[in-house]
Amino acid sequence: MSAHDRPSATAVQILDFECQDIEQVPPAQRAEALQAGNRPLALLGYLLVGVGLGVVFVQSEVASWFRIQEMFRFQSFHMYGIIGTAVAVAAIGVQVIQRLGLRTIHGEQIRIVPRDEDGAGIRGPRYWIGGTLFGMGWALLGACPGPIFTLIGSGVTVMVAALASAMAGTWAYGALQRHLPH
Amino acid sequence: MIETFSAPLPWYVAGPLIGLVVPLLLLLGGKAFGVSSNLRHLCAAVPVPERWKPSYLRYDWLRTGGWNLVFVLGMGIGGFVAARLFGVPDVGSHISAATRADLAEVGLHDPAGIVPLELFSWEALFTPAGLLLVVAGGFLVGFGARYAGGCTSGHAISGLATFQRSSLAAVIGFFIGGLIVTFGVLPWILV
Repeated sequence: MSAHDRPSATAVQILDFECQDIEQVPPAQRAEALQAGNRPLALLGYLLVGVGLGVVFVQSEVASWFRIQEMFRFQSFHMYGIIGTAVAVAAIGVQVIQRLGLRTIHGEQIRIVPRDEDGAGIRGPRYWIGGTLFGMGWALLGACPGPIFTLIGSGVTVMVAALASAMAGTWAYGALQRHLPH
Repeated sequence: MIETFSAPLPWYVAGPLIGLVVPLLLLLGGKAFGVSSNLRHLCAAVPVPERWKPSYLRYDWLRTGGWNLVFVLGMGIGGFVAARLFGVPDVGSHISAATRADLAEVGLHDPAGIVPLELFSWEALFTPAGLLLVVAGGFLVGFGARYAGGCTSGHAISGLATFQRSSLAAVIGFFIGGLIVTFGVLPWILV
């Protein structure tokens, strides 16, 4: 609830893991917040960044079941180097945006609200249980959600079945949500 | 020569490029990098009567997640572009000798391609191994990512880059689950 009390000029948030971005915005400002970041030029930008990311996923072999196996067997630095430098560059980028008070290409304010998931933090059972179940799926499928889309595009069409199954898993979570410990 | 030509993009190039996605999405429209939200958006977009959907899937997916669906459409196009321009890498032959030896022990000999085709193909989908890897694996990816509130992009990259403790818990969970499957499940199903 505390998120509702925060003042927000243009409610743009980072870490909308749960699509709660819009639910966390005070009702009076939702229309404006939804408008933000959805202009045609921005949408073209998301598409192009996505294309670039897909190319990198294939060329760096991140999208490969074999690389995921190699990672979980601790037999190569490749995946650790990629995730480690990605986190470092992302962290620096966020710091630069915050310190310089940068705005979006359309002049919208960028608000980075550190998300404190209902105060549960590191003890929240959802992160441990959900994370472990996700890790099991990651090792079986050899792909996290992003690479599923990239693999379909690259011609591994059986990943359409994996996508349908992942949607079934999402649906099942939605149906069981109230009965699960969070 | 072949090895040089087919070597993967090095980690110190690929990692920073992936990391740049976080500030780029912020600068384009204040958006957060997190791919698994799209699984929720896609479920919410399924055209069945709203009363058949759990409340988790009843929201304005187009306005909330339209930008993110455009983004993953791009990721699919990127896979197509890379395969057309550079060819799909033969990852099975690039991975470390130790991994190749381990995979041979569990029944995967002479690994080749970006995924092992004896497990990831329409022909293999209805074998016990194919069902477990593709169908059960996909289900767990979707269920676990939404339960944890994020996947590799949302927790491991966006979350750790903003020092979220909950994301650290999720990432430790990712590895607990991955190690359980790698050392406790795969040896029994691939042989």
